[in-house]
Amino acid sequence: MRTINGRAWRYGANIDTDQLAPIGSYQGTGDLGDGALNCLRDMDPNFSKSVVEGDVFVATDNMGIGSSRETAPLFLRTLGIRAVVAHSFARIFYRNCFNIGLPALVCPEANEIAMSDELEIDPLTGEINNKTQGKVYHCQPIPEHLMSIVDAGGLMPFLEQKLKKAS
Amino acid sequence: MGQTLAEKIIAKAAGVDHVTPGEIVTCKVDLAMMHDSAGPRSAGKNLDKLGVPIWDLDKLVVITDHYINDDNPSHQEIQKHAQSWSADHDIKHFIKEQGICHIVLPEGGHVKPGMFIVGGDSHSVTGGAFGTFMVGVGATEMTGVLATGEIWARVPETVRIDVTGALTPGVSAKDVILKLCGDYGIMGFNYQAIEYSGDAVSAMSVEERMTLANMAAELGGKAGYCEPDQKTADALTGWGAKDIDIETWRSDADATYAKTVTIDGNALTPHVAAPSSPENSTPIAEHKGTKLDQAYLGACTGAKLDDLRMAAAVLKGRKIKEGFKFMISPSSLAMAEKAKADGTMKIIEDAGGIILPMGCSGCIGIGPSRLEEDTVGISSTNRNFVGRAGPKSSKLFLGSPYTVAASALTGEITDPREFL
Ligand code: SF4
Repeated sequence: MRTINGRAWRYGANIDTDQLAPIGSYQGTGDLGDGALNCLRDMDPNFSKSVVEGDVFVATDNMGIGSSRETAPLFLRTLGIRAVVAHSFARIFYRNCFNIGLPALVCPEANEIAMSDELEIDPLTGEINNKTQGKVYHCQPIPEHLMSIVDAGGLMPFLEQKLKKAS
Repeated sequence: MGQTLAEKIIAKAAGVDHVTPGEIVTCKVDLAMMHDSAGPRSAGKNLDKLGVPIWDLDKLVVITDHYINDDNPSHQEIQKHAQSWSADHDIKHFIKEQGICHIVLPEGGHVKPGMFIVGGDSHSVTGGAFGTFMVGVGATEMTGVLATGEIWARVPETVRIDVTGALTPGVSAKDVILKLCGDYGIMGFNYQAIEYSGDAVSAMSVEERMTLANMAAELGGKAGYCEPDQKTADALTGWGAKDIDIETWRSDADATYAKTVTIDGNALTPHVAAPSSPENSTPIAEHKGTKLDQAYLGACTGAKLDDLRMAAAVLKGRKIKEGFKFMISPSSLAMAEKAKADGTMKIIEDAGGIILPMGCSGCIGIGPSRLEEDTVGISSTNRNFVGRAGPKSSKLFLGSPYTVAASALTGEITDPREFL
């Protein structure tokens, strides 16, 4: 997995799945459509309009608390977010991120990152270079058993490879 | 060294004798449950992309409960798709519009102590009330389960929550869990398995234990469970489950707990959680008299048969405040039927409550109980995050069925003990 270069969207604690993917933002049974535009609409209406490909989502404690709905990380990824960095994650959200191919990094220094800081992240080593502040942070390394899912780009491609090998 | 019930079930599912917290294991799933929101339209479609069959049709239950009883065309499309996908895949256990998944799964006779169960919903932890280890997963993770019947798990530490003594009249499991949310916060037991024990838990009905297990999710718990006992066996047998083993599936006396928390059941008072998080929970006195626009009795947490009976105990022979909106959406059809048969429903209706179709509805802001702009509600559901049950400008308090009913009588947050 390659290095991620992008701007930080820095928020606080307790960002719940009802904020990330409000009820009703994925309707019907087709693709996600423009549901992602509802992401964080009550908290920061500017976010979904201004985020660009490669940006990084930074939060503090309890990132992704609430529902198991996978649209929460999917909306972030659809909008262009390529990594989520936080002090701590809710369990299901954390697993969902990896499953859809979005690395989630536990970073004790996430609160030092400011809105719009330019970040360079190596998901493999867990090193974050904050180019704006000239600082380097060390995230907890991604657990080894998750690396194969990260390498494959998510659980779906991972399963495809695994099932192909088995047949 | 002894093991907790959580560790025993994980070890069995992983095919080993013993597991240690922190260890990563691959578990074979005994049962998987998915609903209309994250099931066929997400995990189901993913499975079709992989082009492999479902690992074991005997072990999958598909339930429609989220987007039912609603005339929104996109919700109806979800229902049609759930049904046709289930038919195309020869789903043996397709439960259509019988109630909320966490209720109808045990009601369908699918749950037994000792099972390792995954559910495509964060409140899947509810199944722990019956001595199972049941965890919530997202849609892609469920795809992996559907394809392989396996899932990886990091063995959690177990914390024990001992509720000692006896709860006093007007105090319920919901107050126990709201107190815990207030004391420990919404991630207070992140990634841990929560074992509820103590005399007050033994005295609870299985439905009350379901409320405790359900809201392990609001404490960050990976699972929440009660050791099974004769009540568990009786309830499950009544729902058609066979070969219930309540001897094996208990924690060993010398099991290791990361922490033991004690709650004095005798001293516990009704609690409410203020907007907009379950962790904003305090004894009810702090919010007494707060003006309300509506009250809602519903969800997997708060409209089971026992919950309806608690409300009826408060409402009996009384009328709700004139012009006040009090809506009830029973947790399952079977429970609603029982509540009709024993007169509970009549008490609620005579008091002025409006009975809505069962299903998730008001819990996720769908249907007539959706909060309107700038209104304040109280509900027996489990979450009150901004924008969940109504628009951003609305506010939601959480309370027990007793508290919700008492508040409907007065139109303001009211201690139910005044009416019992
Ligand atoms: S009632 Fe609410 S909490 Fe329960 S399953 Fe439905 S949406 Fe989830």
